[in-house]
Amino acid sequence: MPVIRIDGVEYEVEAGGNLLEATLGLGLDLPYFCWHPAMGSIGACRQCAVVQYLDEESEQAGRGRIVMGCMTPVTDGAIFSLGGDRAQQFREAIVESLMLNHPHDCPVCAEGGECHLQDMTVMVGHRDRHYRGRKNTHRNQYLGPLIHHEMNRCITCYRCTRYYRDYAGGTDLAALASRDHIYFGRHQEGVLQSEFAGNLVEVCPTGVFTDRILVHDYTRKWDLQSAPSVCTGCAVGCNTLPGERYGRLKRVHNRYNVEVNGYFLCDRGRFGAGFVNSDKRLEYPGLRREDGRYDALDHHRALQQLQAACNQGNLAGIGSPRTSVEANFLLRTLVGPDNFSPGFADSEQPLVNLALQLQQDSPAVTPDLRSIESADAVLVLGEDVTNTAPRIALALRQSVRNRAYAMAADLGLETWQDAAIRNLAQDERSPLYITAPGDTPLDDVAAGTDRLAPQDIACLGQAVAASIAGDSNEAGQDRAAEIAAALAGAQRPLVVSGTGCASGEVMQAAAAVANALCTAGRQAMLCLAVPEANSLGQALLCGADAPDFSALQQRAEAGEVDTLLVLENDLYRRGDGDRIDRLLAAFKRVIVLDGLDNATTSSADLVLPAASFAESEGTLVSLEGRAQRHFPVFPPPAERRPAWVWLLACLKELEREEAGSLHHFDDITRACAAAIPGLSGIPAAAPDHHFRNAGVKIPRQTHRYSGRTAMRADVSVHEPKQPQDEESALAFTMEGLNRAQPGSLLPYVWSPGWNSNQSLHKFQGEVGGPLKGGTAGVRLLQPGSGPVVSGSTGPEPFRAEDGQWQLVPRQKIFGSEELSALSPGIDELVTPAFVELGSADAESLGVADGDGLELGDGLARLELRINDCIPAGCAGFAAGHAGAENLQPLARVTLRRAEGWQRREPQIIGSDGGGGND
Amino acid sequence: MTDLIPVLSDEELREINAEIAHVPVPAAVAIDALKIVQAHRGWVSDESLQAIARHLEMSAEELEGVATFYNLIFRRPVGENVILLCNSISCWIKGCDKLQAKISAQLGIALGETTPDNRYTLLPVTCLGACDKAPVMMVGEELHENISEQGLGDVFGEDGG
Ligand code: SF4
Ligand code: SF4
Ligand code: FES
Ligand code: FES
Repeated sequence: MPVIRIDGVEYEVEAGGNLLEATLGLGLDLPYFCWHPAMGSIGACRQCAVVQYLDEESEQAGRGRIVMGCMTPVTDGAIFSLGGDRAQQFREAIVESLMLNHPHDCPVCAEGGECHLQDMTVMVGHRDRHYRGRKNTHRNQYLGPLIHHEMNRCITCYRCTRYYRDYAGGTDLAALASRDHIYFGRHQEGVLQSEFAGNLVEVCPTGVFTDRILVHDYTRKWDLQSAPSVCTGCAVGCNTLPGERYGRLKRVHNRYNVEVNGYFLCDRGRFGAGFVNSDKRLEYPGLRREDGRYDALDHHRALQQLQAACNQGNLAGIGSPRTSVEANFLLRTLVGPDNFSPGFADSEQPLVNLALQLQQDSPAVTPDLRSIESADAVLVLGEDVTNTAPRIALALRQSVRNRAYAMAADLGLETWQDAAIRNLAQDERSPLYITAPGDTPLDDVAAGTDRLAPQDIACLGQAVAASIAGDSNEAGQDRAAEIAAALAGAQRPLVVSGTGCASGEVMQAAAAVANALCTAGRQAMLCLAVPEANSLGQALLCGADAPDFSALQQRAEAGEVDTLLVLENDLYRRGDGDRIDRLLAAFKRVIVLDGLDNATTSSADLVLPAASFAESEGTLVSLEGRAQRHFPVFPPPAERRPAWVWLLACLKELEREEAGSLHHFDDITRACAAAIPGLSGIPAAAPDHHFRNAGVKIPRQTHRYSGRTAMRADVSVHEPKQPQDEESALAFTMEGLNRAQPGSLLPYVWSPGWNSNQSLHKFQGEVGGPLKGGTAGVRLLQPGSGPVVSGSTGPEPFRAEDGQWQLVPRQKIFGSEELSALSPGIDELVTPAFVELGSADAESLGVADGDGLELGDGLARLELRINDCIPAGCAGFAAGHAGAENLQPLARVTLRRAEGWQRREPQIIGSDGGGGND
Repeated sequence: MTDLIPVLSDEELREINAEIAHVPVPAAVAIDALKIVQAHRGWVSDESLQAIARHLEMSAEELEGVATFYNLIFRRPVGENVILLCNSISCWIKGCDKLQAKISAQLGIALGETTPDNRYTLLPVTCLGACDKAPVMMVGEELHENISEQGLGDVFGEDGG
């Protein structure tokens, strides 16, 4: 490892890095703007200037030259000075010049208090501004409901466009004009189209791009109470830092996890937690009266009711793949495994089980996101990951750059040389093949796209597997041979599929390809997306033979069970309305624990308000089999309780033996781990409530948290006691130590002089490396040695039928997931449910874009969108959207023009007076 | 796509396509395409820009980045004659400020403005490459060298046009 000298002190540093990274990694402070740990260096802002000396002699004489830290490789024996006067003056002058046009508006800026520009300005010691000219002022743009634009604050570091365009593949944000007029925005006002636009909020070092939801319901970072959490938007399990004030969830920031989300979230995750503040949240238990209305109860009476119902009846339970392992485990304990359904839709349950089984059996590795980024050839079969597991799409976008890195390595360029490598590679990309029943937002970086019906996707996958295995290649399978060659020629090939197109055959084909690669001696990876934050945990908990809804209904109809407990699950999203009506009607009593009012809670005899992920602890198992713990950001109000609290109390009231040893949340986790072999690792997801950081708890509030005593002064001048957290190592206070604890217990990042999220490097061992306290979460799945099936058995090819269309799910990042779609901002971006047809199919029906279509016999009436990427004989439908609940994926239905359909007016998306639509 | 293409005339499309024939990707002719449309219309409107972007398979933002980078691509309407008055170093030494004041007084327009009769737009420019004949300006296609305050009358007429 090279040894460098900085201001007279020698340091050993990682070879191949640049000086800025090395300096920050050593814990020294060096200001910067344009460099970003995930995006590398371009040397544009000139903020990271240091003095470099040729040799000791010139060091003695103080004869060095100014170089940019981010562009200077660390070489053995190099001599630098950060503190030297010239470098310091230079850096101060840079901040002054970057700020020529910057307004003095920190007090009204949403970035204030967590602003990298503020931090760097203080760091360089710049105080007096000499510029006396007029400042430029810009017109801001309406960029959609999620992101606020305040262009005057720009310091032209170019991070935004580098992130948005180069990193995330967006096309609708650009650097406009030049020189003193430069402007970062859109051609015209309108919603930013990237699914990852929200990261601009954290990437922009100033207050140009800020969280628009937060701006309108504002709290400074130092006044936010936060806790380590896990996104519940999909199964990827990105680590998040939600912040709360006055009982409202104000915003979600990224929580760094080197193996999962790294520095970035998707917009479903960042903005999709607003449902926590919804006025549809339940605060009090409700008991249904004769007339169908509900009486509010306090939690004692509610518990009595629950206990009475449990005593009287024979219990069955429906769990939820969107809530924690622990809550599900308790309900399963309460009703007995034979009477516990995991809560998947009947068609979904075998798919999730299959996804788990394929990963357990396959010798291929189940990759984390960082491994996905490292893939040098990728085949996506049937899964539109941008819309089902969005963060994976962003990782795949980075994977196609591996060819560029290989080209760079040939020239001896380090990976952080961002501009040079992009110039070098131009459009050269590692191969990514996408096969899906329609277009997907990743198509622009694909080497090939095939739009096929699910069966044909499976056929193609099996043909690829056969081709890799060297089996005879049928005529007309040139594409399969091409894909096979790309995968077999790669060092780290990856196959991605999942439950998104609802076909088990497609996932089997994906596993066949991965297995064939393993057999051929490749280090293959197999990533299978499942729908929800804890889908995989639920499959591990319940096993493949757990009863589905139909089985429960049969048992109820046979009189074996008569009381149904539903845990955090709106069943009406998981089957057509009549089905669910019949299911619920088969039970004498229905008790529902959930957070938000929905169709299922409205059919319950007793409703218990359940805390959201932000108000409770829980373990979720992500699609890569990573168990991760989330902690309450704030205590739930009124009579709302975490579901595990309700269920544990109920078990205790019933004096059930299993509950005897359960006193804390951790006890449930441990009991679950002891009972369920597949979940035996979950206690290691995070330290238990005994953990202390250097003897003290970890504070959820920053040391500058203000106004605690005044918050309730209008009600009472007596300060209430702070809530105690008996269940974790975190505390609802500002006292304690937020330093070097395990990564799973990091509630916010802050370090002296580093108020913004850039302070993260103070928590990392090296820049871009794991957190000092270790990476959050524990992996439960190991690569299997299981049956390596030969890839020759394929399904029948798809045949279009006259007058019948096969329904293929079209997933949408905004709209297909239940809770995020209810969050302010995202709710504006959810489109009404639709059906998609190719133009030939539409013509044959005599319908045009915007017309209404009736699907099946009154199954749904949806707006038609013409999309020539939809295979003939297939009809895409908006999965998970209101109005499409009755549609069964892959079913064949008739289509006809809907009578009396009102065409929609062109939609104007709301704005704060800026106008503009998109 | 097709609904926006007609914004560009056949003539414009023919000229743009002729340029595209020389390059590996259509986006490579972005500047030429903007110049072609500007030559035909005097300026590049939002609609034109969107139509060009679609034709070149770029996003409107990408093309806007190019269009607004160059100060001689006009993204707002200009008069029949654009006056490009040099204000760079040689011309500044030779008194371009006074000339500008004179022109502004004579035509009744400040920098960046167009006369009400739409005949002239006055814009500053950074060096016309004729520093030896400073001060200089261009009016339309014509370069005026060694201009003096008196000489301006000849160019614009005593009444300002
Ligand atoms: S908008 Fe923000 S990220 Fe973009 S250049 Fe300006 S300061 Fe940098
Ligand atoms: S990819 Fe999934 S887990 Fe990650 S932020 Fe988006 S919705 Fe949340
Ligand atoms: S951070 Fe090094 S030049 Fe911008
Ligand atoms: S300075 Fe005016 S032409 Fe060069």
